[in-house]
Amino acid sequence: MPETVFVNAINEALQEEMQRDESVFIMGEDIKRSIYGATMGLLEEFGEKRVLDTPLSENAFFGAAVGASAVGMRPVVETLTSFMWVAMDQLVSQAAKMRYMFGGQVNLPVVYRATMYYGGGSAAHHSDRSYPMFMNMPGLKIVAPSNPADMKGLMKTAIRDDDVVIMFEDGTLFGNRGEVPANEDLPNGELLIPFGVANTLREGTDVTVVAIAGSVPHAVAAAEELEAEGISVEVIDPRTLVPLDKASILASVEKTGRLVIADPAHKVCSAASEIASIVAEEGFWSLQAPIAKVASEQVHIPYSPVLEKLVYPTKEKIVTAVRGTLA
Amino acid sequence: MALDKDLLMLMLRRMWTIRHFEETVIDIYAKGEFGGAAHPYIGEEAVAVGACVAMQDTDYIAGNHRSHGHPLAKGGDPKGAMAELLGRVDGYCKGKGGSMHLADFSIGILGESGILGSSLPVATGAALASKIKGEDFISAVFFGDGASNQGACHESMNLASVWKLPIIFICENNQYAVTTSYRDTVAVEHVSDRASAYNMPGVLVDGQDVVAMYEAVSVAIERARAGEGPSLVEGLTYRYEEHSLGLGRIRRGEYRPEDEIETWRQRDPIVIHTNRLVEQGIATQEECDAVNAEVRGEIDEALEFARNSPFPEPEELFDDMFANAIPQP
Repeated sequence: MPETVFVNAINEALQEEMQRDESVFIMGEDIKRSIYGATMGLLEEFGEKRVLDTPLSENAFFGAAVGASAVGMRPVVETLTSFMWVAMDQLVSQAAKMRYMFGGQVNLPVVYRATMYYGGGSAAHHSDRSYPMFMNMPGLKIVAPSNPADMKGLMKTAIRDDDVVIMFEDGTLFGNRGEVPANEDLPNGELLIPFGVANTLREGTDVTVVAIAGSVPHAVAAAEELEAEGISVEVIDPRTLVPLDKASILASVEKTGRLVIADPAHKVCSAASEIASIVAEEGFWSLQAPIAKVASEQVHIPYSPVLEKLVYPTKEKIVTAVRGTLA
Repeated sequence: MALDKDLLMLMLRRMWTIRHFEETVIDIYAKGEFGGAAHPYIGEEAVAVGACVAMQDTDYIAGNHRSHGHPLAKGGDPKGAMAELLGRVDGYCKGKGGSMHLADFSIGILGESGILGSSLPVATGAALASKIKGEDFISAVFFGDGASNQGACHESMNLASVWKLPIIFICENNQYAVTTSYRDTVAVEHVSDRASAYNMPGVLVDGQDVVAMYEAVSVAIERARAGEGPSLVEGLTYRYEEHSLGLGRIRRGEYRPEDEIETWRQRDPIVIHTNRLVEQGIATQEECDAVNAEVRGEIDEALEFARNSPFPEPEELFDDMFANAIPQP
């Protein structure tokens, strides 16, 4: 199977969907010249009408995507998580609420591609992992892929979905390679991954580790290390946080009796918090040990690399947490 | 501009529709038939009606919290609007939106927004879709003097201008953001003066004159359809009532003098238009009175319809969240 770089998987998904459906267009800042790599070649192939560089006006163009989608287009908006704050009114008051408050009269097929650049010295204003805040807001579908194949397949599904989807693209994964099946090798000729279906990356019997986005490679590495000690870890990547495949998580905890959740978001009201809550409510009698959360420390992202590396989930923290559930 | 009688009478009819609708709303709100906020459009009818009768059904509008006038001006059915206010299933939004979120997509109403300035980006997006698709529909957005100070207003106007989008920004300057005068919050003399900063035409219009609004918006629409970009039209107007129903603690005269209110009441848009029709021999007073009476009856019917419409069933709570449904968490 061919290997693809994570960011190129985004590019492939965009290109295929723009070829397939001419109502798909993309806008954002500096995307014509593909400043982050995901929109490479799109301007040349699809032209200026469908690849738009915007002014630095997130509130306007996030909202314009909503308006365009309401009248038949399928906009994709490229942004960084940290710029979402200046567009919060449009994301919350319009994108999330419009369909419900208008009684379902309108579909809003918008995809916001929000890249999370963290872990590289970008400091407090440019390192946000903000998906839990949007999980709290009804009306948004939240996707957080952890490998190139999922990225491509979920992006294509997101663009075809008739609702507002926020793709949280983990910048720490952008250079990662992974196998992505070629279209000609797929039964339907294309890679589509449904929302709400978790991916079990490793099967195990002792402890379940649910890992999100950039924490997934750390969880897999932790599981490999623990395997050498005779500890069998099951690693589950939910892939989509809204909808969340809680059945797969609950089934795994029923088997292992132990749960660790690794989440790059701040730990208070994190995705990990929600998963812990679900398992505490619905899987309590399966648990043989307290649930452990390995999420980011509740502190702003410091600039100094010495401090920054203390904040996020790591393989070591996950290993420690897994051992803790077995102690 | 010589306008035909049907169009002039349609303007009168729609202004009366809004007037009677709002008077009914004030009455039933006082009786406790519905709650929450409702923001009467009385006094400002000429702005929305003049603008909307210049548009096609396929054109789009978006509005704000003072929300009943815009859909009715565009030809929205008062039955659905009244049922929505009463929270009934036959409302435009099946009772999920209420007064501040009236929307009827079947006639191009993208919806009213309770957050001020928030519908400008949305309307700008509809105009963007028109341009990308190469279609000839235009988009228009109503906002007040207060919302003109929102960042969304600046961002949308700039974006629409650099992309030459077919959109009309219509400022309903009723001179007060709740109790605060626009003279204390807008740095230029008129909101329309700001248009030059966006390299678009900006015109100040007598917002009590429905024909003046119609003409100004028609020019802007022509420009938009020709691909020449957006315009800003400011209708100077006045709201007769307080900002919102249910704000009883704000007393008249506290922030705007009684004689100011009275002066503006003397420039009533329906009276101005009726007098013109009669004086110019376009319609008789009797014809104008007949429109008034007919509309009064329609609004009574709308209220009857709304009162008879059922409330939503509890199982409808989760409906309409998503087009491609997902399980409740």
